[in-house]
Amino acid sequence: MQGDQGDRSRLVVELIIPRLKNTLFLTGVSALVAIPLALLLGISAALYRNSVYDRSATGFSLVTVSSPEFFTGYIFILLLATLFPVFPTIANVNEDTSLIDRFYLTALPVFTLTLVTMGHMMRMTRSAIINILSSEYIEMAKLSGATRYEVIVKHALPNAWAPIAQVITINLAYMLIGSVVVEFVFNYQGIGRLMVGSVYNRDIPVVQACALIFASTYVILNLLADLIGIISNPRLLYPK
Amino acid sequence: MSDNTQSYSAKSEVSNINKRRTRFERIKIAFSKAPLSAWFGMVVLSIYLIAAFFAPFIAPHGEAEVFPVAYAPWGGEHLLGTDQIGRDILSRLIFASRNTLGICFLACTIALIIGTIFGIIAAIDRSYIDQILSRSIDTLMAIPVMIFTFILLSVFGPSNLNLILILGVLESTRFFRISRSVAVGQVVLEYVEVAKLRGEKLSYIIFREILPNIASPLIVEFGVRFIFIIFTVSSLSFLGLGIQPPAADWAAMVRENAILIQYAQYDITAGLTPLIPAAIIALLALAINFVIDWYLYITSGLKDDIK
Amino acid sequence: MTSNNKKELLLEMKNIHIDGFSDERWHKILKGVDLNLYRGEILGLIGESGAGKSTMGKAAMGYTQPGCKIIKGEIIFNGTDLAKLTEFEKRKIWGTKISYVAQSAAASFNPAHRLMDQTISAANRAKISPTDVLRRDAVQLYESLQLPDAENIGERYPHQVSGGQLQRIMTAMAMSPRPELIIFDEPTTALDVTTQVEVLSAMRSIVDKFNTAAIYITHDLAVVAQMADRIKVLRYGEEVEESETREMLSNPKEEYTKSLWSVRSLIKPEETNDDYMLSIKNIDAAYGSSKVLHDVSVNIPRGKTVAIVGESGSGKSTTARVITGLLPQTKGEIIFDGKKLSPKLEQRSKEELRRIQIIFQMPDTAMNPKQTVDEIIGRPIEFYHGVKGKERETKVIELLKMIELDETFLDRLPSELSGGQKQRICIARALAANPDLIICDEVTSALDQIVQEGILKLLQKLQKNLGVTYIFITHDIATVKAISDEIVVMYQGKVIEQGLKSKILNPPHPDYTELLLSSVPEMDPDWLTNLLNKRSN
Repeated sequence: MQGDQGDRSRLVVELIIPRLKNTLFLTGVSALVAIPLALLLGISAALYRNSVYDRSATGFSLVTVSSPEFFTGYIFILLLATLFPVFPTIANVNEDTSLIDRFYLTALPVFTLTLVTMGHMMRMTRSAIINILSSEYIEMAKLSGATRYEVIVKHALPNAWAPIAQVITINLAYMLIGSVVVEFVFNYQGIGRLMVGSVYNRDIPVVQACALIFASTYVILNLLADLIGIISNPRLLYPK
Repeated sequence: MSDNTQSYSAKSEVSNINKRRTRFERIKIAFSKAPLSAWFGMVVLSIYLIAAFFAPFIAPHGEAEVFPVAYAPWGGEHLLGTDQIGRDILSRLIFASRNTLGICFLACTIALIIGTIFGIIAAIDRSYIDQILSRSIDTLMAIPVMIFTFILLSVFGPSNLNLILILGVLESTRFFRISRSVAVGQVVLEYVEVAKLRGEKLSYIIFREILPNIASPLIVEFGVRFIFIIFTVSSLSFLGLGIQPPAADWAAMVRENAILIQYAQYDITAGLTPLIPAAIIALLALAINFVIDWYLYITSGLKDDIK
Repeated sequence: MTSNNKKELLLEMKNIHIDGFSDERWHKILKGVDLNLYRGEILGLIGESGAGKSTMGKAAMGYTQPGCKIIKGEIIFNGTDLAKLTEFEKRKIWGTKISYVAQSAAASFNPAHRLMDQTISAANRAKISPTDVLRRDAVQLYESLQLPDAENIGERYPHQVSGGQLQRIMTAMAMSPRPELIIFDEPTTALDVTTQVEVLSAMRSIVDKFNTAAIYITHDLAVVAQMADRIKVLRYGEEVEESETREMLSNPKEEYTKSLWSVRSLIKPEETNDDYMLSIKNIDAAYGSSKVLHDVSVNIPRGKTVAIVGESGSGKSTTARVITGLLPQTKGEIIFDGKKLSPKLEQRSKEELRRIQIIFQMPDTAMNPKQTVDEIIGRPIEFYHGVKGKERETKVIELLKMIELDETFLDRLPSELSGGQKQRICIARALAANPDLIICDEVTSALDQIVQEGILKLLQKLQKNLGVTYIFITHDIATVKAISDEIVVMYQGKVIEQGLKSKILNPPHPDYTELLLSSVPEMDPDWLTNLLNKRSN
């Protein structure tokens, strides 16, 4: 029995590792696209609050956050894989796929995941920055003649790291969950796809293992946000 | 304003105060100033509600009625065609509003009630009850809701009742967090102390003193979580684990008809068929978001677009 | 003012109109105010809340807060009209030619930067001198502002220094580029009196030293008397009067200006007896592990008013919380009307709770914002006396009349009342319980002078008619003079002394009482100078 258990867990690990790599690739690439873009959009929208730019950016982000992953995903398939077949419908990767092919094959899943999380991230960044810009020390900085650039870079940004870190980690976690549906839509062999299949088959050990991976990543991300919060806050760094 | 400073009178004392208005006047002003997006949201929401309440009267065919032709094209007897086993898609879309909205509303309401009551109790108590509740909620929240639901559904088996209960309990953690953090701000205010000093019961303090003052953020959270639950249920249904057949569900319809997208080159309507239920979910979420944004704008007093 | 004509005009504000947006409509905040300021002169700008003084002060820089706009008027500073400049052009003047000192130093410093960097940032930006010169200069400024450890205090972060020190560092920050004009916006309002004296003298000496012109905004006449050469009184966005400080104090022309003094003329003859309504015996109390009350004993004679005086951190409010049961004492006992009170709120009877009522400092937060006046006052009537329906309403109206309001207020929400009216409703709510003892915790300190007087008179009248006993917790000596029979002085959680008003207020004093009493600004332009001379001797 002992040996069986050992074999079984080794099988689970062997099953999971390549899938986990695929999922990390998908979410990693999406994060690399989504985070800088969302921060840029969010901060600039906050700075030019109520401008046409801000209104259209927030309006568009509202549409993207209102769309479930499979809606965005199938729109991409309809447009870029069926009507104008630029990319494949199915993101079929295996261990031998080259890196370039991987990028090509996962283009649509990455677009989907990026679009879905970017809206959230942008809106949260925007409100975090607006919140800071309305504090008294910002008014004080303006009254002491600080330029627009200085107000933002010297006065607002150092206080914005903690909330921005929060925003990023929340959305990385969100992206991780979103990847489950996106993998299903594009039939991408990731850990989410594996988990769903295992729930169908009532393969509890695999479900547990996948859940453990999701949960621990989630916890680590939250921990990271707290850590950045502490490092960027002099109140916690330099006690009275 | 009185210029005669000599005859000071408490009655006529003025300063920067709000103009006196009845509740009805306030609502009227709010509606008269509602932006287009808010009106759009409210109209869309009412359409969904009408569809949900009167589904059997509006839908041209039955929810599970099977017709001979599967994947029938748009037009004719079946305005939006039929699905893979020959059920009328339009009718199923209408019936699905009833199922999805109903299940999500129940789950969200359960979450609201459990979360808020425990949240306020934790805020008032601030001793071991708060510690126990807060720490266990932290633990629950360490696992993403959808993943947690997966595990629980695979343990208890997928059924609509299980879905409602699982989501209701898991989502109550959000309401607990928000109601606790808002209520903590209220509990330290003197008006709650006055009620305590008067000797009022806990239930009076919760329902009469604190609840009316934290209602606005809770309403907003209800909207936000409602969307989230719709998304979670939809994702689960899309993956085949949510609302159980034969009950119609939008996300399940997306999956069932997804194959039609491949024929979009030949018949664009076929390609659009699976996207319609998905768009319906997106439109609903958008409508709720519009209404929330407007509500936030009215209640927060953040008049940030005057300048 | 003829003497001023010889001096050089620095700032000339003509016919300033500013509107602000709130509660869904535009209000007039300033309705055509003029202001002249000469080089090296300090102008005091005083008025009650809503007078527009702070808006006027910011307008002097050509700045308006978000939600406000300048409708018309000229702001001529050194020959240029600030109202016509662009943001970019104004920025060159802000921080270098005109500096601003805000009321809440704690919120106005950026929490992420060291104090030194913030102190010299404006001068550094304008490249007035090399950074190291500016740093040395800042240390000298810290020294002349009598900051402790001037050499190193700049290396700290804002949260690491006290409120009084922050306020002085902000003055150093304003002075660092050697501006021609400094706007002081209620810089000492948030400070304790003993700290206020230090900050005031530091600010005055440094402004004198560099002969900087200043606009000093405050609601406190006695404070402005120490600082200003000239005083302008504002009310409802209009000028009431303006004259030289001494002239203004000795001979105010307008009735309104005269009324600003009146609370100080209200004096109650003292009486006492040995029949104690409440006795606190050897109380210790703590928040968590930090002990805040040490062996506190106080006696409250029946039907009289005992004022508990002290600065923040003295334990005066904690004493009130112990009496009410909100914070159970760790040692000692409370005897109420001959019977021992249980330390814990939950163990006190409804009758005991009814007989002790409390009125708080902030009427805004002491009333449930979602309840109407009728519900607020009616609840204790119903709760304690079981009176309902029509009878309850009659009783509520009766109480409203008692506090000089009437039945038209029944269905108002707190947000539809002015500050003084709110506090009156809180008084009515306390009275509705028909109590024997009312604890008044800083009930007048959030209110304007003229409203304070009304509240104090009302409280005196109620005591005369109903025979209630008051515990009056305050930091304001003028209020104490006006209302108390006996005084308790507290400092750092201990009772320094208790006795009849005349005994406490007249020498000889223990050291702390002396410091406290002497720090209360008086309506005499020479008060601060005399005090500093006296203290240095």
